[in-house]
Amino acid sequence: MLIFEHSRPGRRAPSLAPAGEAAADDIPAAFLRDGVPGLPEVSEMQAVRHYTRLSQKNFSIDTQFYPLGSCTMKYNPRACNSLAMLPGFLARHPLAPASDGQGVLACLYELQEMLKDITGMKAVSLTPAAGAQGEFAGVAMIRAYHRQRGDTARSEILVPDAAHGTNPATATMCGYKVKEIPTDKQGDVDIEALRAAVGPHTAGIMLTNPSTLGVFERRIKEIAAIVHEAGGLLYYDGANLNAILGKVRPGDMGFDVIHMNLHKTFSTPHGGGGPGAGPVGVSGRLEPFLPVPLVAYDGDEYRWVSLQERPQSIGRLSAFMGNVGVLLRAYIYARLLGREGMSRVAEFATLNANYLMKRLQAAGFDLAYPERRATHEFIVTLKRQAKQQGVTAMDFAKRLLDFGYHAPTTYFPLLVPECLLIEPTETEAREELDGFVEAMQEIQEEAQTNPELLHEAPHTQPVRRLDEVRAARELDVRWNGAG
Amino acid sequence: MPFVPHTPEDIREMLAVIGVDDIEDLFDEIPAALRCAALSQVPEGLSEQAVTRLMSRRAAADGEPLCFIGAGAYEHHIPAAVWQIVTRGEFYSAYTPYQAEASQGTLQLIYEFQSMMTALTAMDVSNASLYDGASALAEGVLMAVRSNRKSKSQRILLPRTVHPAYRHTAQAIVASQNIELVDVPYDEAGGHTAVETLSGFDGEDIAAVVIQQPNFFGVLEEVDKITDWAHANGALVIAVVNPIAMALLKPPGRWGADGADIVVGEGQPLGVPLSSGGPYFGFMCARQQFVRQMPGRIVGRTVDRDGRTGYTLTLQAREQHIRRSKATSNICTNQGLLVTAATIHTALLGGEGLRRVALACHANTRALQEKLSNQYIQPRFNRPFFHEVVMSSTLSLPELLRPLYTHNLQPGYMLADDYPELADCLLVCATETKTEEDLDVFRDHMARVIDTQTTAGSSVRPKMA
Repeated sequence: MLIFEHSRPGRRAPSLAPAGEAAADDIPAAFLRDGVPGLPEVSEMQAVRHYTRLSQKNFSIDTQFYPLGSCTMKYNPRACNSLAMLPGFLARHPLAPASDGQGVLACLYELQEMLKDITGMKAVSLTPAAGAQGEFAGVAMIRAYHRQRGDTARSEILVPDAAHGTNPATATMCGYKVKEIPTDKQGDVDIEALRAAVGPHTAGIMLTNPSTLGVFERRIKEIAAIVHEAGGLLYYDGANLNAILGKVRPGDMGFDVIHMNLHKTFSTPHGGGGPGAGPVGVSGRLEPFLPVPLVAYDGDEYRWVSLQERPQSIGRLSAFMGNVGVLLRAYIYARLLGREGMSRVAEFATLNANYLMKRLQAAGFDLAYPERRATHEFIVTLKRQAKQQGVTAMDFAKRLLDFGYHAPTTYFPLLVPECLLIEPTETEAREELDGFVEAMQEIQEEAQTNPELLHEAPHTQPVRRLDEVRAARELDVRWNGAG
Repeated sequence: MPFVPHTPEDIREMLAVIGVDDIEDLFDEIPAALRCAALSQVPEGLSEQAVTRLMSRRAAADGEPLCFIGAGAYEHHIPAAVWQIVTRGEFYSAYTPYQAEASQGTLQLIYEFQSMMTALTAMDVSNASLYDGASALAEGVLMAVRSNRKSKSQRILLPRTVHPAYRHTAQAIVASQNIELVDVPYDEAGGHTAVETLSGFDGEDIAAVVIQQPNFFGVLEEVDKITDWAHANGALVIAVVNPIAMALLKPPGRWGADGADIVVGEGQPLGVPLSSGGPYFGFMCARQQFVRQMPGRIVGRTVDRDGRTGYTLTLQAREQHIRRSKATSNICTNQGLLVTAATIHTALLGGEGLRRVALACHANTRALQEKLSNQYIQPRFNRPFFHEVVMSSTLSLPELLRPLYTHNLQPGYMLADDYPELADCLLVCATETKTEEDLDVFRDHMARVIDTQTTAGSSVRPKMA
């Protein structure tokens, strides 16, 4: 039932809005709305009950194991939320003077400094609102760099075929053509194909390392040399930074620009789709192009750095500072973890992934890259099961929901057939991983004895599989009053 | 070990299963030369108690001033229920609802959100959010260029009355796609975009016209005339609106003869705290015919195998994870949790509640305008406004305002940086959160400062409301 269907004319939650009706007799009628917008009319309790019940129809980290590959669904510490929501932080207007924001600015400045150290980059801008906006900022800086040198022939961005969809989409948004680079049998970038692809038209390459295949790109220095020799720059997609936190730094690998997903690596919540935060870090040659605002500290006072001080900046990406509340949560998380906690993240994320990989392999599942070490995630391919039993990765994913586990990422990366990309994260206990293996084994047995059970799954959720074709063909995207 | 549950025994047994001796062995594929030394700029970890003390001190340092700044972010009362529900783990710690059967809560909520936004704006369709109002305008411009098949120009008319930071953001985001954003000057006396100014572009190939209602100065634009002019000239109309204002002002779907084509805006006034600028959320609505050109996620209602109603992400072939380099936008993560807040907030207030908020904001700003007016300070523009107003001073504005900050008062937003011709002009806003006494505090402080700064101090008396 929709909130609109609970509505009754004249019902209200009167203590929540101003009591009286002030006049707006100075506004001519031509500017005014006829009548009141058609919104729900419900009591406070009805709204609270409705949305509480809706929340209970969700899987979440707080309620389920959520091994969604490449998404880093780890525990979001509660202190990060409650402290970022202290009244002094919430009440501050974005255009209030910096003198009335020394507390929040100190946190942001220190976060900038920590992220520089963690990534090995020369400078950091916190302002991008999410990973994709960080990517946009990064590629826009690459473009600005080439243009400033008068190098206008560079029209292509190279992207490995295993890349996230945001990489090619970002390159297009920045006015570039995309050229895909194939992956070799071991999951590394095909170096010969890369050599053949680079040239005076190469603006740069976008790489994720560890890659979306769950393996570390071993020849990264060689890749960096090939791209740099051709005059291109290297972009690091920080989606998988959790795997190497405190162990290896993108700056040391030769990257010129990176974005981080604080909603992954720094455990800010995913919120059912957002918000994120996608700070960018750069090497010295890209520093002048960083998006504004930045935070500066002159030893006495923290302040914003604006466009006037950074004439070569690619500009601003949102009306104010970006997702400050998310940045605060990441800052709090970093202070709770501290230096040792950072590398511990990588260590235990990797331990959990390798343990789960070995156990699933022993349980009879095929790995996409059995010769390779898992990073913080790995890929199981169900190609054999699809052929022999007619059950797909989708069937396994939906059946896992019945066992109380959120499904791993399915059908991504695109180059591994019938794949499950599994990322347990460091915050899961061993017994949770063991339970997941048992569920996978049981589903495997069901696939042999009763495959219909899988095709028809899920059986225990609020709805069964949905008609997505109908959703697109008979588009219904808003309540029209008819119920 | 914070947030890592492993006991020494767990570690030993797990390593044995993997077949290595030490966790370090798991990193053996990383070239040794690349391994980094210990981090130097990350301090030792702190306990929750110690971090609580640190953050409490810093939050307190930022104070709780009496704020009369608007300029795109507005202080409104947020019912207690909103964030108590938003921060339930089931909303807070869920991922994007790709597994629809296990995400019906978030999906239904987004469907309700889309229904609320289309009701407020009187448009056909809404997406599930963009980053903020400014980036939503940039996406609106890109969408208009894709949607206006008759126009070949990639030229967009962007009045100077549109929020300056929105204009900068749009420029930064669309610049590399050869889209030209053309400034349109405002009427010097009215502070609005006169349709006569647009007639200078009669007959030219324009992809779209942007119009903000109320505009950055709080002034009401002649939205009907501008919409009709745009359509007569083959241009689409991109409306930028404040959702609270929609409870009172004519919604974009009803502007002119045919209504606006794309509507974007900042959703912050619907239940999102000021928080130094974010996270907020951008919204976008449009005509049905342009739905396949929309960026971002959209939720549709459908049925499951048993014919039960359910909700799912739809039209995903527009998006980056399917269409890659041919997607309508690169956006992936959006501002879902803020949409959760806005949906609950809007349900709690309802149309009548939002209308009362809008009226109370406007009444307070009118009262403030009266109280601040005197022989030195006067309203700058002579046209109708909503809930925000520009005051012009004959005295040096920075010098007038400086002492006010020390009284824990944030008097408004100075326009000089963005509009050099409006030096000594201040954009002020008093939302429903302000009481009569708050307005008097502002007036009295201002009067005292004027007294001390004018040599004939005793002759200065602010006009009483």
